[in-house]
Amino acid sequence: MTATLPRADTATAAGAKRRRRRAPGWLAVVPLLAFTAIAFGLPALAMLDGAFSVKDPATGAGSYSTANLTDSLQGAYLTALLGSIKLSAVSAALGALLGLPLAQAVVTSRSRALREGVLTASGVLANFGGVPLAFAFVATLGNAGVLTQHLGLKDKGWDLYSFWGLVIVYLYFLIPLMVLTITPALEGLRVQWREAAQNNGATGVQYWLHVALPVLTPTLLGGFVLLFGSAFAAYATAAAMVGSSVPLITLQIADALSGNVLVGQENVALALSFDMVLVAGLVMAVYLPLQRRSARWLA
Amino acid sequence: MARLTLWRWGALGLAGVYFLVPLAASVVFTVDVPGQGITFDAYTQLLSADGFGSSLLLSLELAAATIAVVLLLTVPATVALRLGAARLRPVVEVVCSLPLVVPPIAFVAGIVTVLKWGPDHLSRTPLFQTFVAIQNPDFPVVLVLAYVVLALPFVYRALDAGLAAVDVRTLVEAARSCGASWPQALIRAVLPNLRGALLNASFLTLALVLGEFTIARLLGFQPFAVWIYSVSGANAQLSVAVSVLSLLVTWLLLLALAGVGGRSRTTASRG
Repeated sequence: MTATLPRADTATAAGAKRRRRRAPGWLAVVPLLAFTAIAFGLPALAMLDGAFSVKDPATGAGSYSTANLTDSLQGAYLTALLGSIKLSAVSAALGALLGLPLAQAVVTSRSRALREGVLTASGVLANFGGVPLAFAFVATLGNAGVLTQHLGLKDKGWDLYSFWGLVIVYLYFLIPLMVLTITPALEGLRVQWREAAQNNGATGVQYWLHVALPVLTPTLLGGFVLLFGSAFAAYATAAAMVGSSVPLITLQIADALSGNVLVGQENVALALSFDMVLVAGLVMAVYLPLQRRSARWLA
Repeated sequence: MARLTLWRWGALGLAGVYFLVPLAASVVFTVDVPGQGITFDAYTQLLSADGFGSSLLLSLELAAATIAVVLLLTVPATVALRLGAARLRPVVEVVCSLPLVVPPIAFVAGIVTVLKWGPDHLSRTPLFQTFVAIQNPDFPVVLVLAYVVLALPFVYRALDAGLAAVDVRTLVEAARSCGASWPQALIRAVLPNLRGALLNASFLTLALVLGEFTIARLLGFQPFAVWIYSVSGANAQLSVAVSVLSLLVTWLLLLALAGVGGRSRTTASRG
């Protein structure tokens, strides 16, 4: 196309040829961009638009305001948002704390088979979630679950359909996710650093406090944030397991969308979704620079 | 040193217990029914259960369509980024990562809103028919569109990593010098070198679609994951049995992926 429209100043033969060769490149990217604009952009815009519009019940006239957002940060909705944040923070912290020693045990082991086995299993388990995971735990620790029955856990006050029940279930995919995230960093800790520390008279604890942990901190924080985002967005597991006995923002949005609550709450659901996107966006904004920082040390 | 070994085996042992017990207990739960003793009824009932075949088939069809669409969109784009459109690279990277920032439940809230425009504003335009067609319960195209968006970040990364290991420019130039046309160069020279990455991307997408629950349920369709959920009320044994099986299938898929594409470093958690 450019070749048929020569411009007086730059239309040298070479320039036109280069431009013609570049043309297929641009064209090949266009379908991808067009598709995301429609399939992703439209719903995203619709969510934004809905989150900020209110309809006057008397006149039916629509206008933009932050009333939905204000509503979404009050009462039961606020409880659900805080519940989600608390659940995600607790399970992400536990996942990070438990994933680190597990990854360290795997990395320092001399058995190749064990390493590969654990890492492959982690890849599988980190992708495991949703309804089957919920039912596996219901069969294990639910009211009629195998362990609940055999160990008489119910009399001891155990309840799977609670905050801590959800934490235990979420850890099932969060710990493997942490192992996958932290393993490359642990592998990047040079043996020489430990030797240098030892030669200078440092104990194991001192080595970890002053050398290993500072190097690992960005990766650890990045892992925590990633786990937080993963737990925050989770819906299927909670929906299949607890119904609505634990207040979570994903469950609230689902309820509002399927009309289980007051009519006209759809826009509050959109405002809640917008809140979620803000939190998830914040998570990514923290995660990406941390990842880059740890890459600089451990390259 | 002995203390270190002890500590390591302790950590691994605890992890083993935590990750294996729920699986073992699920199997026990399905075969050891109170009042009936050991029975394999849950597994034999499965095949004749209402909706098992149709929902599984729907999930597989959706997965096939999603894989086809996502590869058709991303393969030419990622190859083009390597060949000459490098300046578009940041744009594509951001576009392909954006779905990660929007949780599925928020995404489906947006989709529901868009789909409502159909009856609300467009009922007299030809677009309305499109809105009806993409929500056909026999084959909900709208789910394919949503799943392609969900799969984009992972597929893009898999392909980008695969392409990084191949000198695409040299390959294409060599093929072109030998007289191949552009499509020939792509299909016969570039794609075979991307076999691992393509399989990797396809497996990930397949696992994602088979397990996807949030979007399908809220839009009111019934692929496999939603079906498992819906039978749980009537027959607990049956739903756990299906969970065990679907778990095994997903694991076999992902293990195959690990075998094909090296260690899987994915974060496609679908909790």
